[in-house]
Amino acid sequence: MKAIYILWLRQVIRYFRTRSRIIGALGQPLLFLFALGYGLGPIFAKAGNGNYIEFLVPGVVAQSILFTSLFSGIDVIWDKQFGFLKETLAAPVSRLEIMLGRSLGGATVAVFQGIIVFLLSFLAGFKPKNWESIFIIFIMFLMALFFTSLGTAIASLLDDLQGFQLIMNFLVMPLFFLSGSLFPLNNAPYVLKIIASFDPLSFGVDAIRFLLTGTTQFGLPIDITVLSICTVVMVTMGAWLFSKIEI
Amino acid sequence: MNQLSIDVRNVSKIFKGFTAVNNISFSVKKGEIFAFLGPNGAGKSTTIKMLTTLLSPTKGEILVNGFNTQNQKNEVRKSFGIVFQDPSIDDQLTANENMRIHAALYNVPKEMVKVRIEELLKFVDLYDKRNELVKTFSGGMRRRLEIARGLLHTPAVLFLDEPTSGLDPQTRNSMWEYIEAINKENNMTIFFTTHYLEEAEKNAQKIAIIDHGKIIAQGTSKELEKQTKTKTLEEAFLKMTGKKIREDETGNEIAKLRMVMRHRQ
Ligand SMILES: Nc1ncnc2c1ncn2[C@@H]1O[C@H](COP(=O)(O)OP(=O)(O)O)[C@@H](O)[C@H]1O
Ligand SMILES: [Mg+2]
Repeated sequence: MKAIYILWLRQVIRYFRTRSRIIGALGQPLLFLFALGYGLGPIFAKAGNGNYIEFLVPGVVAQSILFTSLFSGIDVIWDKQFGFLKETLAAPVSRLEIMLGRSLGGATVAVFQGIIVFLLSFLAGFKPKNWESIFIIFIMFLMALFFTSLGTAIASLLDDLQGFQLIMNFLVMPLFFLSGSLFPLNNAPYVLKIIASFDPLSFGVDAIRFLLTGTTQFGLPIDITVLSICTVVMVTMGAWLFSKIEI
Repeated sequence: MNQLSIDVRNVSKIFKGFTAVNNISFSVKKGEIFAFLGPNGAGKSTTIKMLTTLLSPTKGEILVNGFNTQNQKNEVRKSFGIVFQDPSIDDQLTANENMRIHAALYNVPKEMVKVRIEELLKFVDLYDKRNELVKTFSGGMRRRLEIARGLLHTPAVLFLDEPTSGLDPQTRNSMWEYIEAINKENNMTIFFTTHYLEEAEKNAQKIAIIDHGKIIAQGTSKELEKQTKTKTLEEAFLKMTGKKIREDETGNEIAKLRMVMRHRQ
């Protein structure tokens, strides 16, 4: 337990110490929020879908979580290259504890990032209908833990930053664009709907959207069930691949 | 057998068909300073990684502090401290934070943590810098911090993989003063690797010479000279391996630079 806590704390301390990273990671979600929100807002309203900013905010919050958690895998590669990983692997703690501590830390950081984007969305004129904040943070945390574990799983298999970055580029955008973050899935073409229902991000966005605005595609119970199952599977897989790292 | 700190029996490590360590056996007594001497690529780091449970031997058995590195990993890990050849500190954290992480990972009793950290950071002359980020530290300071950290949980055995490579001669000397003090005060077993003959000769009670993954001789430096009927360890080494102790053969720029630095001394 002490080991999990201290490795969690390390991730959090490092996050607050690198402000450039915090601010850098806000660029994309805010760009989406302002450019798409204001750009497509009138058309969205004309088509009878209501307020687009309101629809979009859960999507960009989810995007910032997706981005921050997946990229926390970089820390694993970084620690492989710059040595800190050896310090933990030689210590009398299990690989599972090490992986959990790191991942919980990465997920916490991603949730922070999501909360910042959420708060900034008020500047874009967002007014949530509900305020289930504890529940929303729980959903955000599930998503973050899922994608942090995915990042860890991928990083465990790789040794170089370029390779990791390349895979991330192939992963982040499709996961985001095909998740129902930017457009409603209910009038989307059938194929797109099917694809979106294989994207775990869809369920996270849907749950947050329901909790903030009351609209939902799959329904909250399904969202939470799918997210929880995906997270358990991914943490297990990440932990297994992490335990195979040899240095 | 209780006074053996390290016992290595017929250990080999094969990486995808390449034999990095070839059937080595040796033992280190409690409180001894033992040098593992060999050129670059000889298999020293691979051996240390097997001794410290980070790699599994392909063949053979290793006991550290009486525990088996294969099936008593946790006991082994509690028994040793290690300073790796490459840095392993988090340089975005302070010296103190690095020490605290180590204390938590090794479950050092809460009431001892502060005292031990203060004591050790003072010992390696870093106490005044304890709240500074490690990225502002010089190479020598980082190495000292790693030594302090490796000692935090009072291990029975300290492994040092090329503890002085890349350091200037002054720092190298003071590093050995620290190591000798540790060895004397706590009767701590010290196992270090080096490719500097003088370093092994000067500091170790026992030396094993490794080349191409094989131990070609072991004993005190006097015994090695006697075995080969030579006057110095350097000649003994030359006679046994048929060559001078090799410098980096990788041809990369850093290696070349290091070589130049080394010859300057
Ligand atoms: N993970 C690995 N996979 C393949 N070969 C390796 C690996 N680690 C080390 N080697 C090889 O094993 C040999 C011994 O390496 P090492 O133990 O690092 O030597 P030393 O520490 O004595 O310089 C070298 O030829 C090195 O290239
Ligand atoms: Mg080495």
